[in-house]
Amino acid sequence: MREVAIIGVGLTKFGELWDKSFRQLITEAGTKAILDAGIKGSEIDALYVGSMSPGRFVGQEHVGALVADSSGLSVMHIPATRIESACASGGMALRHAYIAVAAGIHDIVIVGGVEKMTDVVGSEATNILAMAADQEWEAFFGVTFPALYAMIARRHMYEYGTTREQLAMVAVKNHENALLNPNAQFHRKITVEDVINSPPVATPLNLLDCSPISDGAAALVLCPLEKAKEYTDKIVKIIGSGQATDSLALHGREDICTFMSTVKASREAYKQAGIQPKDVDVAEVHDCFTIAEILAIEDLGFVKKGEGGKAVEEGLTARDGEIPVNPSGGLKAKGHPVGATGVAQVAEIVLQLRGEAGKRQIPDARIGLAHNIGGSGASCTVHILEAV
Amino acid sequence: MGKVGIVSYGAFIPIHRIKVDDIAKTWGRDGETIKKGLGVYEKSVPSLDEDTATISVEAARYALARARINPKEIGAIYVGSESHPYAVKPTGTIVGEAIGATPSLMVADYEFACKAGTAAIQSCMALIETGMIKYGLAIGADTAQAAPGDALEYTAAAGGAAFIIGKDGVIAEINGTYSFTTDTPDFWRREGRKYPAHGGRFTGSPAYFRHIINATKCLMEKMGTKPEDYDYAVFHQPNGKFPRAVAKMLGFKEEQIKQGLLCPFIGNTYSGSSLLGLAAVLDVAKPGERILLTSYGSGAGSDSFDITVTDAIESFPREKAPTVSQLINRKNYIDYAIYAKYRDILYWE
Repeated sequence: MREVAIIGVGLTKFGELWDKSFRQLITEAGTKAILDAGIKGSEIDALYVGSMSPGRFVGQEHVGALVADSSGLSVMHIPATRIESACASGGMALRHAYIAVAAGIHDIVIVGGVEKMTDVVGSEATNILAMAADQEWEAFFGVTFPALYAMIARRHMYEYGTTREQLAMVAVKNHENALLNPNAQFHRKITVEDVINSPPVATPLNLLDCSPISDGAAALVLCPLEKAKEYTDKIVKIIGSGQATDSLALHGREDICTFMSTVKASREAYKQAGIQPKDVDVAEVHDCFTIAEILAIEDLGFVKKGEGGKAVEEGLTARDGEIPVNPSGGLKAKGHPVGATGVAQVAEIVLQLRGEAGKRQIPDARIGLAHNIGGSGASCTVHILEAV
Repeated sequence: MGKVGIVSYGAFIPIHRIKVDDIAKTWGRDGETIKKGLGVYEKSVPSLDEDTATISVEAARYALARARINPKEIGAIYVGSESHPYAVKPTGTIVGEAIGATPSLMVADYEFACKAGTAAIQSCMALIETGMIKYGLAIGADTAQAAPGDALEYTAAAGGAAFIIGKDGVIAEINGTYSFTTDTPDFWRREGRKYPAHGGRFTGSPAYFRHIINATKCLMEKMGTKPEDYDYAVFHQPNGKFPRAVAKMLGFKEEQIKQGLLCPFIGNTYSGSSLLGLAAVLDVAKPGERILLTSYGSGAGSDSFDITVTDAIESFPREKAPTVSQLINRKNYIDYAIYAKYRDILYWE
């Protein structure tokens, strides 16, 4: 298996981008990644794009071909593949591009992630997202994602004494980090009181516990490590890639306070990388709801099960903490265009490891981790990156 | 005879009010947060027997009471509203009959979300300029709909204002008007639907702000004026925040918009909104004072007007009809249960 490097990253702004279409967003991110990598379009061997539901959000399927076409790659007739794995579509697209390069099937591969969510009204977006839950056993009965994560939060509070304030602190930290990210959807400092007093969504989760509905895209350029030197001095390589699955519905789990997909995917990635959780200098984790970040830092092994809330309260995951989590602002404050999220997380880690993360730079970051979840934890990808 | 302008005006606001706190309480929301967020404290509510036709008639009668003209001289009536009582059959004919302006009369109902009333003024101006009519009656009135529990429910209100447009006995000359229109679907109600739908924050920057700013700037460019040339400015008032924000963005000061800013006390009267603001300004304006008026209608467009008050306002009998301020202060508070009854939210078979 060949070692694989990431030589280019491209990001659009995340937010309510009413004047940008689906194809404009992904083309912008792809173009930025190609320019960043310093490659020619004609060098690209294959394209992977993660997108959750363009069919429902903008009425467009067949987006592999669409993205190849709109970016001018269709004239080369390269393979273009769309990957769907709910909110983990981006991480999953990267994983499959990584496998293709590592296996020696393709050399230079571009990976994109994109979602255009604001062309539908909020209630419709909620229904579309609920398609990632178990339609027959969950969504049919009216359960939406905020409700599923609220059940997890309640159980976590009951089992481990996690407090309402600790949940709120995740949002406060991520909003604070987003202030330093020019691409973030929100540039607004919030307090624990703001979160607790925001409109209720599904008890105990309030509006400010939830990631927003967003438009945005992200892209990466991958190539074999031995080829990376031809393009850049700041090489970042993928040292671990894990993917795992769990029951689609929450009721199929032994313990709803543990995402076994995160546990399995991360252990696979740690093993491949030959590192321990404590070796991670910076992490981007899937905080679609505040409780999700607490679960993530526990299941990734940063802290013991049940101690996630306390860890947030004690500042362990702050930018100056032991393991800075979501310096980009996370899904909560950077925005969550679902298909783009997994790719954008890795783009942030690449920038951190290159030392190009601007004011939110984590000093001396060498090893970074990106954790992307689909649905309520039925799918997960974990990627570990290292600055060479 | 000089320039075309406003010959007379009248306003009407239903007596009932519901407090934002009461609506918030019904839906388990924090009233203080909503009042702070919207800049609105209470809104007017039409009674069971009030609709756009009755509000239009009230406002038109008040305009006639002040005008001292023969209603038969009114050659056109245009009623702008998004809550015409009939889908087919005009509101304007009811008004025409009630004020004695029929049958030698042109009538049509207008709809352009919240700006149909200012579109009616423009149509009357054109008919007068061409000599087709002597006086025209332009009305903007609404009993705005809002789905129970929707964000619109805190502001959707009722009220209207009527303006007699002509060249004879003009109390305020209309120096110029400019419209800025695009196809921007920020807020709509499909045929047969009871409540409107809206695009949330999309109703802000690409809709309300873009259209009002462009219409106002283009008008000022056309007229060669600056914000400080105006004594008063009135902008469409979907809530208490937007008109203040747009005024600031355009370079107008709080003192210029204060007199015409009614939304905090009566809510958004839709087609009546900016026109009630203009009526409130005319209630106090003095000769020579200059007024800027910019409406906004979702869908979307803005009509901007440059108006100068004439000496004729000195002898104009404003006291023959209630002022907007008197109409605002003439109020009866109702709770959500009565509101539900008046707004036909309750269901029975």
